[in-house]
Order: sequence, then structure tokens, then C-alpha cells
Amino acid sequence: METVSFRRKALDRCMKALFCVCAVLVILPLFVIFFDLVIKGAKELKPSLLIDLPHPVGEPGGGIANGIVGTIVITLLTMLWSVPTAVLCGIYLAEYGRGKFASAVRFAADTMTGVPSIIMGIFGYILLVVPMKRFSAWAGAAALSMIFIPVVVRTTEDMLRTVPHHVHEAALALGIERWKTILYIVVRTASSGILTGILLAMARILGETAPLLFTALGNQFWQTRLDQPIAAIPLQVFTYAISPYEDWHDKAWAGALVLIAMVLLISLTARFFGREKK
Amino acid sequence: MESVLEVKGLSAWFGGHQVLTDIRMDVGRNSVTSVMGPSGCGKSTFIRCLNRMHDLTPGFRSTGEILLDGVNIQSERIDPVNLRRRVGMVFQQPNPFPRMSVFENVAVGLKLNGKKLTRASIAETVEKSLHMAALWNEVKDHLDRPGLSLSGGQQQRLCIARALAVEPEILLMDEPCSALDPVSTAKIEELIEDLSERYTIVVVTHNMQQAARISDSVAFFLLGELIEMDKSGKIFTNPSDKRTEEYITGRFG
Ligand SMILES: Nc1ncnc2c1ncn2[C@@H]1O[C@H](COP(=O)(O)OP(=O)(O)OP(=O)(O)O)[C@@H](O)[C@H]1O
Ligand SMILES: [Mg+2]
Repeated sequence: METVSFRRKALDRCMKALFCVCAVLVILPLFVIFFDLVIKGAKELKPSLLIDLPHPVGEPGGGIANGIVGTIVITLLTMLWSVPTAVLCGIYLAEYGRGKFASAVRFAADTMTGVPSIIMGIFGYILLVVPMKRFSAWAGAAALSMIFIPVVVRTTEDMLRTVPHHVHEAALALGIERWKTILYIVVRTASSGILTGILLAMARILGETAPLLFTALGNQFWQTRLDQPIAAIPLQVFTYAISPYEDWHDKAWAGALVLIAMVLLISLTARFFGREKK
Repeated sequence: MESVLEVKGLSAWFGGHQVLTDIRMDVGRNSVTSVMGPSGCGKSTFIRCLNRMHDLTPGFRSTGEILLDGVNIQSERIDPVNLRRRVGMVFQQPNPFPRMSVFENVAVGLKLNGKKLTRASIAETVEKSLHMAALWNEVKDHLDRPGLSLSGGQQQRLCIARALAVEPEILLMDEPCSALDPVSTAKIEELIEDLSERYTIVVVTHNMQQAARISDSVAFFLLGELIEMDKSGKIFTNPSDKRTEEYITGRFG
């Protein structure tokens, strides 16, 4: 009896240690990346980084201000039409989606989630850049939408499915129409989950580089027109990182740090909304 | 007594499974009717027919007529949305809307019913409904608290207030007290008696004392059939069907 229980306890401890080690392995990269970035990016992390345009090689100073604004513009542009489309599609799947068409939509969304992002960039190029005969913020946003929408469609659907059936029944029994029940009561009940999904998808597209390479292209200057090539932080980081110049490398690190800080901020906001209950 | 609801030959099926068989029943205006019977005999199915709650259940089918003020609500031409504004419902489990305050829970039916109402008139109706549901004094100082933060009994009265706010004529209640303690149950019973002055109430209950206390008539269901319906005084003292007698004396079900 006693030896058995001793062995069982020992095994129990071993397994627990194994789980714990794996958990550490999972979070380790985040810390390594973050501290590495802080150390290497610190050199260039000064106000000019955030407010200046890029300077030519060799000229000291300069920043990524146009990239920061460009990233914000492209992200907002993407979300402007992707959020309503994706949320309404998620509602369709959760509330009406019983038939073959709905299964097809679900399958397509799942497949899209797995498609490498560079393919979205190529499609943006073929569908928008070639016909419009120019690289543009529009094309960048279109490529990012293809990443954003499927993710938000599925999280919206999942969140709506967690709303108990009695909530629907209570609303219908009050003589509220089906679409109003869904839009004003069911969606509201699931709103914090849906919002969390939107924010996490937003953090994801913020740092996407490949879809922008052939669409938004990047720009060394300010760009106020949406039908012209526009700068974005990931593109700048990419350009700086593959350049042979030491000071550009430092800027690449700093740019990456800015990007990860933005992502972290969004993730924290998402956590805040995700935790809020009732 | 004048009938407000006349059920004529109602039968219902879930898929191939027949749940109600040829139900015939008259419900008098401003009366309280209790529906009793063993578990699974079709009580919930029956009262959910009265406000067409089954419309969205795949595979559900029903035949026969249900006349509300002489109009057959089973007809395709009847809009279930309008019907449900006239025939309200309270469920077995208290189910306030999550993420809504006490006030919003009562107001939401009014706000989403498409009529243009001023804030003041909404607030007035909310207060009136909470008074009628005997909840006003307990919640008047924290109308902005989440509805789900109330106790179970208060939540159920909140659900009653919510149903009353859209001013129905008939109130259906499916075992409204079965999730509640005796004190809350007594409050709801009292409430039903008060409400019956202005509303027609159909209530499903498993509790015979409760049925005897609150109802004018009692309907006894068994295996999807209406075995007997009579004045509550008569059915508990001198039922005409042997099966009713067996049920109420506890020899059965
Ligand atoms: N949505 C549904 N789909 C299929 N069958 C159902 C459905 N709802 C109820 N039934 C069946 O209909 C029959 C009657 O159910 P109902 O809920 O009306 O009984 P009840 O008298 O209300 O019972 P209880 O006292 O336990 O609430 C049962 O056999 C049940 O299995
Ligand atoms: Mg029932």
C-alpha cells in the first residue's frame, strides 16, 4: 500500500513538473523577444523616432512617424468595413446558419485562416493594384481584410453560441422581432467576447508584413491620399532590417519595439474587455 | 363567464412524436387557470402553443384551432410578434437579460417594440410595472444594478414586471415558482391573485396546494390529453375522472 502511494505521488509530481516546464517554454519567447527588443531598440527609441520622417542613409536622426500613421490608417481602413461585414456574417452563421451554404461559409472561413498571408498580398496585387495601376492604402487594407474577416467571423459565431437559449426565448416572448432580438439583445449579451475577438484580430493585422509588400508598398514620405503607396511600420522594419547599414538596423529594432508595444496595448485592452462580466 | 381563449382540438407533434392530442379548453377572461399533470405530459408544450413559442422549433407541428377573442392564432396570417405582445410569458427559470440593469430589463420590451415613446413615459411604465410585480420597493434605489444581481425570487418578479411592461392581456407562466424558496413563492402567488383582476393568467404548476389557492379553474393533463377541467374547488374535492382523483391523492405520477 505505502509503496504504491509513494510511487503514485512521485509520478504525480513528475507530470506536474512536465506541464509546468511546457508552460514556461510557451511564454519564454515572448519575454526573450520583448527584452531583446527593449535592449536593441533602446538606442533609437527617442522622440524623433515617433515624430520625424525617415532620413536618408548616413544622415543621423529621422524616425518612422509616417509608418506609425500609415499603420493606423491601414488598420482603421481595414476595420471600417471588415468589422461590420465579419460581425454580420458571424451572426448569420450563429443564428440562421443551419444549411449547406452556412457549412460552406464556415469551411471557407476556416481555410482562409490557414492560408499564408503572402497569398493575401498577391491577391490584393492582382485584384486591386493591377487594375488601378498603382499601389495604395486601399489595396493594403483589402489584403488585410482577407486575414481579419475570417478570424472575426468565427470568433463572433462562437461567442454568440455561448448566449443561452433562454435569452432568445425571453426576448421573443416579449414580442420583439427576431432581428431585433439578435441585434440588440443576443449580440449585446455576447458583446465583450465579440469585442475581444475584434481586438485580437486587430493586433494580428497590425504587424502583418507580407500582405502589404505588394499592396501598400511603403513610402518614405507622408501620404494623405488613400490611392497612393503608403508607409507602414512592418514595411519599414523590413526595409531597414534587410539593409546593409548599421544605423538602419538600429531603427529596425526600434520600429519593431513600437509595433510590439502597440500589439501589447491592444491585447491588454482585449483582456480588460474580456474579463468584464455581466 | 366570457371566454377569451378557446382551444379547439389542438394536437401537436415534435417530429413523429405526438405530444398533445385533441385538447379542448375555454379560458375565461380575468381568470386564473392552472395546468397540472405528471412530468412530460405536455403542459409546457401546451402553454407554449398559446403564444406560438414553438414557431422556431424545428420539426414542431400542430393542428386544431386556438381562438383569441374569436381569431384563430394558429393561422399563417397571424403575426407571432403581435400575438406575443398580447400574450406574455414567464419562464420556469428566472431569466433576466444579462448585461442589462433592472431598469433596462423592464424597459427593453417597450424600447424595441417600435413605438415612439418619450423617456418619461418609459420611466413611468417601468415604475408602474415594477409596482405591479411587487418589486418596486425593493429595487427603487438601485435600478441601475444588473438584473442578475437580484435574488432568485426578485429576478422572477423582475421577469414578471418585464412581461407586464408591454401590456399583454394574457400572462402565461410555466412553473414560475419551482426555482424559488417558500417566501418568494408566497409573494408570487399573492401577485398572481392581484394580477388576475386585470389579466387572464394560465399557470403551469406541480404544486396542488398552490393550484388550489390561486386558481379559478384547474386543467388536468395526462399523456398529452386533457383529462378534466373544472372549478378548482370541485376538482380537488370531487373530481369526475378516476385518473384525476388518483393523481391528486398521490397514488400516481
Ligand atoms: N423541443 C422538443 N423536441 C422534442 N421533443 C420535445 C421537445 N420539447 C418537449 N418534447 C417532448 O414533449 C413531451 C412533453 O414535454 P413537456 O415539456 O410539454 O412536458 P411537461 O408536462 O411540461 O413536463 P414537466 O412537468 O417536466 O415540465 C415530452 O415527451 C418531451 O420529451
Ligand atoms: Mg414543463
